[in-house]
Amino acid sequence: MSELFPFTLALGDDALIAAQRLAEWSTRAPEMEEDIALSNIALDQLGAARLLLSYAGELEGAGRDEDALAYLRDDREFRNCLLVELPNGDFAVTMAKLLVLSAYQVPLYTALAGCPDERLAAIGGKARKESAYHLDHAALWVRRLGDGTEESHRRMQAGIDQVWAYADELFAARPDAPVDPATLRSEFDDTVTAVLAEATLTLPEVGWTPAGGRDGVHTEHLSYLLAEMQVVHRAHPGARW
Amino acid sequence: MYGNDFPGEDAPGGLLGEVEAAEAALRAAAERGRAAAEPGSDLAAYFAEVVDADQKIEPRDWMPEAYRRTLIRQIAQHAHSEIIGMQPEGNWISRAPSLKRKAILLAKVQDEAGHGLYLYAAAETLGVSRDELVDLLLDGRQKYSSIFNYPTLSWADVGAIGWLVDGAAIVNQVPLCRCSYGPYARAMIRVCKEESFHQRQGYEILHTLAHGTAAQKAMAQDSVDRWWYPSLAMFGPPDGDSTHSAQSMAWKIKRFSNDELRQRFVDMCVGQAEALGLRLPDPELRWNDERQAYDFTQPDYDELMRVIKGNGPCNRQRMEHRRRAHSEGAWVREAAAAYAAKRAVKEKEKVAA
Repeated sequence: MSELFPFTLALGDDALIAAQRLAEWSTRAPEMEEDIALSNIALDQLGAARLLLSYAGELEGAGRDEDALAYLRDDREFRNCLLVELPNGDFAVTMAKLLVLSAYQVPLYTALAGCPDERLAAIGGKARKESAYHLDHAALWVRRLGDGTEESHRRMQAGIDQVWAYADELFAARPDAPVDPATLRSEFDDTVTAVLAEATLTLPEVGWTPAGGRDGVHTEHLSYLLAEMQVVHRAHPGARW
Repeated sequence: MYGNDFPGEDAPGGLLGEVEAAEAALRAAAERGRAAAEPGSDLAAYFAEVVDADQKIEPRDWMPEAYRRTLIRQIAQHAHSEIIGMQPEGNWISRAPSLKRKAILLAKVQDEAGHGLYLYAAAETLGVSRDELVDLLLDGRQKYSSIFNYPTLSWADVGAIGWLVDGAAIVNQVPLCRCSYGPYARAMIRVCKEESFHQRQGYEILHTLAHGTAAQKAMAQDSVDRWWYPSLAMFGPPDGDSTHSAQSMAWKIKRFSNDELRQRFVDMCVGQAEALGLRLPDPELRWNDERQAYDFTQPDYDELMRVIKGNGPCNRQRMEHRRRAHSEGAWVREAAAAYAAKRAVKEKEKVAA
């Protein structure tokens, strides 16, 4: 029980911050069909975030609902991984981020669907189908860009190089959680390695493993993201929307 | 998913019923069928007969060149409006004040992209490609609805756009569900059904704000004050000055005049504004028993002309945003094409081997 609240909160924060970043692509995507696809993925992440944060609020038992958790915490209280808060960069960076996130969320939600906590199992059961689509979509674009033109190959490799170091944090051991992320690493590695091979891309040598998100120590980017996300809600304390 | 969790009447009034009636009429016309044009017969006379009989002209049919050009222009401008219209509302996705509102707004802006896509597809049935139409937009040679050249300055503007701008769009578009050109009529039926949800969510946002804190109510009123006249201007210039109207009416592309539609919109809004507890910013607004309609102040048509000519508050910003998205996406589209070409070669080699 003691681990259930922070674990659920961390998953909810991952999904919320991922949704906020993906939604930034709305009206800006490289083609209209992709604008729709990225909005879909953002909506899925937001939907999962709402279920997870609502449940986290209940587990905490302090009367906080999804909006209190999303809008009234400061960056030091957020528990999302650093990966999702990184700026979108170009379309290749966004696809690299989505590949890493979805290749982690698929086995995570799949395992969650079989965990003893009924609420988390139900959320996992719903979210794993959505994540499978996110992974397909990211993998398709990583292959297209990796094996497309010279420029797209260069950008896609740069995207992978830029985000790869942030994958480690996702799999930090949590032996008391309903699903220990450390147990998901090998499936994740297999998925990503296969996609990159088909895409004619390579995994970079990583000399550092940035982390801290799960303890509320974030990059400089998160505070700006939250300032924007929370501005209207905080300007009207107690209002209904 | 848009929620029916607020009290009050159905905001779109009877318009959704009209969309359903148009859909039924379309089906009935298809069931009646129509005789094919006799070989060697007078094609222009046949076209006129089909239009007079309220049957649909389909892409394979002969049609006057001016009818085709008018439809391409109108459908393309409508598609462009959906795409550019994503921007003013998209401006508030990141700041939506609750997660539920964020989800609804994101889905709404996504629907608009979808509407743009089916409208471009409807235009393509007339022998023009989406790429050509997008180029015409980006070069400034085709227009989009001038309403999107106004800024969204507060969260309440998302509500006002839904209620007033989508409301005006529905009043304009419901008659298009009976347009003589089949693919456009069918696209409009689909678009109108979704638009009525959009209008409802806008109304619901304003209703919540108008019944909220004093600051929320002031925000809602300020927003209605700014969007009312530009929304009235969406119906176009007054009938006397409208250049395309008469011919479009004869072809049954257009069914009602600009002024008739504007009146219908005003009459619809007055009761809704009362239910919202918000004031429409027109001191001359009053019921006219003789006309059985509201008298109201006309929008500033000189302002409309300035905005149409490119000098509204956001014309430059909207176009710059679309051009940037298009040019920054070029390398991605090129990569997708190159990848598809490589795959096609590989498939061919596999088949040959």
